[in-house]
Amino acid sequence: MDFNFTQEQQQFSDALRRWTEKDYSFDQRKKIVHSASGVSAEAWATLAELGMTALPVPEEQGGFNGSAVDMMVVMHEIGRGLVVEPYFATVLGAEFLKQGGGHDGLLEQVAGGEIRLACALGEKQARHDLFDITVTAKADGEGYVLNGTKTVVIHGGQADYLIVSARSSGAQRDTDGISLFVVPADAAGVTRRDYRTIDCQRAADIDFVNVKVPASALLSKVGQGWNILDAVSDYGIALLCAEAVGAMEALNGATLEYLKTRQQFGVPLGKFQALQHRMAEMYMQMEQARSMATLVAVKVASTDVAERRRTVSAAKARIGQAMKYVGQQAIQLHGGMGVTDELPAAHHFKRLTMIEATLGDTDHHLARFTAQPDFRKTA
Amino acid sequence: MDLNYTAEDFAFRDTVRAFIDANLPKDLQHKVLNHKRLSKEDVTRWHKILAKQGWMATGWPVEYGGTGWTPVQRHIWEEECARAGTPFLLPFGVMMVAPVIMAFGNEAQKRHYLPRILNFDDWWCQGYSEPGSGSDLASLKTRAERDGDHYIVNGQKTWTTLAQHADMIFCLVRTDPTARKQEGISFLLIDMKTPGITVRPIIMLDEDHEVNEVFFDNVKVPVQNLVGEENKGWTYAKYLLGHERTNIAAVGRAKRELLFLKRVAMEQHKNGKPLLEDPLFAGKVASLEIEIMALEITVLRVVSSDTTKRGPGPEASLLKVKGTEVQQTLTELMMEAVGPYALPFDDAYLQGEHEHSVTGDDDAAPLAAHYFNFRKTSIYGGSNEIQKNIITQMILGL
Repeated sequence: MDFNFTQEQQQFSDALRRWTEKDYSFDQRKKIVHSASGVSAEAWATLAELGMTALPVPEEQGGFNGSAVDMMVVMHEIGRGLVVEPYFATVLGAEFLKQGGGHDGLLEQVAGGEIRLACALGEKQARHDLFDITVTAKADGEGYVLNGTKTVVIHGGQADYLIVSARSSGAQRDTDGISLFVVPADAAGVTRRDYRTIDCQRAADIDFVNVKVPASALLSKVGQGWNILDAVSDYGIALLCAEAVGAMEALNGATLEYLKTRQQFGVPLGKFQALQHRMAEMYMQMEQARSMATLVAVKVASTDVAERRRTVSAAKARIGQAMKYVGQQAIQLHGGMGVTDELPAAHHFKRLTMIEATLGDTDHHLARFTAQPDFRKTA
Repeated sequence: MDLNYTAEDFAFRDTVRAFIDANLPKDLQHKVLNHKRLSKEDVTRWHKILAKQGWMATGWPVEYGGTGWTPVQRHIWEEECARAGTPFLLPFGVMMVAPVIMAFGNEAQKRHYLPRILNFDDWWCQGYSEPGSGSDLASLKTRAERDGDHYIVNGQKTWTTLAQHADMIFCLVRTDPTARKQEGISFLLIDMKTPGITVRPIIMLDEDHEVNEVFFDNVKVPVQNLVGEENKGWTYAKYLLGHERTNIAAVGRAKRELLFLKRVAMEQHKNGKPLLEDPLFAGKVASLEIEIMALEITVLRVVSSDTTKRGPGPEASLLKVKGTEVQQTLTELMMEAVGPYALPFDDAYLQGEHEHSVTGDDDAAPLAAHYFNFRKTSIYGGSNEIQKNIITQMILGL
C-alpha cells in the first residue's frame, strides 16, 4: 500500500503549479475569460509544451500513456489554478478515441496540442441520463446522416472535432442503439451557439442538420456505443473529482488565510470558535473528498464494470457533498468579500458548484450507487 | 499510488483470520454480532485467549512483549477482529496506562505491571474525569497529599468505564493546589481494593451499567505508585492522549454493521417492497456507505504514513469525528429500519438471560438501546467539539 505520488507525477504537478502561479494568474485569467474566444491559444501552447496534451495519449500515438492517477495530478492543478482552457473536454474526447479505436491520426494531433476536442453528449430532455438521446444517426450509403441538437457541450465552440452520441436504433432511453461519431466541428450542417458558463468556462448548444459523415467517423460498432459512453463519462468524473479536490484545497487555503488576517473586534476572525469549527469541518470534508478522488483514480480503469460504476458514483456523490459544504462555508467565512466577483474564492466556489452539475449531480450518483448489485449484498 | 495490500499483508490476514476462526468462542461471537451486552467473564475470556496467543499488545515494542506488527498489520488485525465480531479490547491497561509506564515509569513499575497487563491479570480503569472536569480536564480537584510513605487521596472521579469490574485505576490527582492548573497534577496508580474507595453505578439512558462514580475518602496510596515525577502528571496525560489512538474510526465494525443494516432493511418492507429499495431510505444508506468508503481510505492514508509506529497525530481527531458520525448514523438507521419494533425493550434478553426477546424479533430488540448508547461516542474521548479545537490549533494553526 502506497499513497505517494511518483517522482514523475510530482514533477508534472510542480511544473503546472509554477505555470499557473506565474503565467496564469487571476488577473491574466480574467483577461482570457473576457476575450472573444474565452480561451487562450498561448496557454494551450504552454500546456502542450509541458506535455499535458500528450500525457493521456498512448505511446504509439506520440503520447505518454498516462494513467488516471497521472491525470489526477494534472487535474488537481487545473482545479487549483482555475484553468479555463478546453483541457478537460479534450482529454475526455481523447479517451473516447482511445476506447473507440480507429482514430490514431487524431490522437497524434491531440498529443501535439494541434487540435482540441469536445464531447457532445447532453440533450435538453436528458438531464444527467446520457443514454437519453434523440439526435438521430441514419445510415446513408457508406456513411451516416446526423440530425438533432446537443446542449451544454463543454468547450463545444472551441473544439476542432466533436464526439457526438446519436441514436441509430431503439427508443429514446434505450442503452442499445447508441452510436458514437467523430465529427469535424466545421462539417456542413453543424451550427454552434457558443456561450459563457457562470464558472467562466465556455459551452455551446450544437445543431446537426443533415450532417453527413463517412463510415470511418463511427467509433466502435454501430448501435453499441453505450458501454464506451458510460466508461468514458466515468473517466471524466474521475478527472472532475481530482479537479474539485484541487479547487477545494485552494479555497480552504484562501479561507484559512483570510481567517488569520482579517480583524474584527480587535482580533483575527480565526479566534472565534464558531468560525474555527466550520473551518475544521471544511478541512475534514476536503480530506474525505481527497480519499474518494484517490480511490476513483485507482478504480476507474477497472475491468469490473459494476465495481467501476459503484466507485465512480460514490466518489462523485461524496465529493459533491464536500464541494457544496466547502464552497458555501468559504463564501460565508469571507463575509461580504466572499460574495463579490473580485476574489479567486468566489471563482473556486462557482467552479465547484458547476462541477457538481456536470456528468451527474450528487442525487443522480447516489441513485446510481444504489442501483449497483453490491448495494443489495448483505453478507 | 497503490491501494492494494502486498502478498505478505494477505498472508498475514489469512493467519490472523484463521486464528480468530479457531479461537473465538461462538457464544461470545453471537453476543457481539447481535448487539447483546458482554459480562466481565465474557470480556476476560477473550482477553485470556489473546494473552495465551501473545497478541494482547499489538502496539508495544517487542522487548516488552508486543507483537512487533507494522501499522498496516495492526490495521488488518483490527479489521479481522471487527469482521468476525470479537469482544472489544479493553483499552485502559494495554493501550493507555502501559505506554505511560513504559515511557515514564521506573524499573520496578515496569517489571510489576507490564507482565500483568500482558496477561490480563488486572482489569484497569481510568480515573480522569470529575464532576466539574469534563472536557476541561486540567481543572480536576481530586487531591493527593503526601503523608510519609503514602499519598492520602480525597475526591471523586466520574464516568469511570467498567470500574465495577476493575482491579486497578490510574488517576490524575492534584498534588500542588497552589500551582497553575496544569502544573500541580500527578499520575497515580491505585488498587481498587484500597479502603476508602467506593464505586457507585451511573445507569445510562439505555439502562446499561457501563460507567460509574468513584469516591476516594482518605485512600492511602504508597508513594511507589507514583508514575514519573510529582506534579508532572499533565505531561504524561497529554502523552497518553496523543498515543495509541489507532482504530479510533472503527471502520471494520462499521463495515460489519452496514451489512447488518442492509440485511434488516431487506427483510423489512415498505409499500410491499424491501425497505432497502425505498429511494428515500436507500439514499440514506448509500450516503452512509459512501462515507465509510471514504473513511476507510482516509484511515489507510493515515496508517500507511505512520512511520513512527506511535499511531496518528492530530489527524486522529479527523478519524474520531468522522468515525463517530458514521457509528451514530449506523445506529440511527438500524433503529429506523425496524420501525415500531424499536419500542419494545427487553433488558433480560440483552443481558443474555434468555435466548429470545419478548417480541421474538431478536434483530430488532437491541437496536434502540444501541442507538441511545452510541450517543456517547461524540462525547467521550474528547468530545467532537474538542476534536475540532485540536484540528483548529494543531492542523489549521488558528
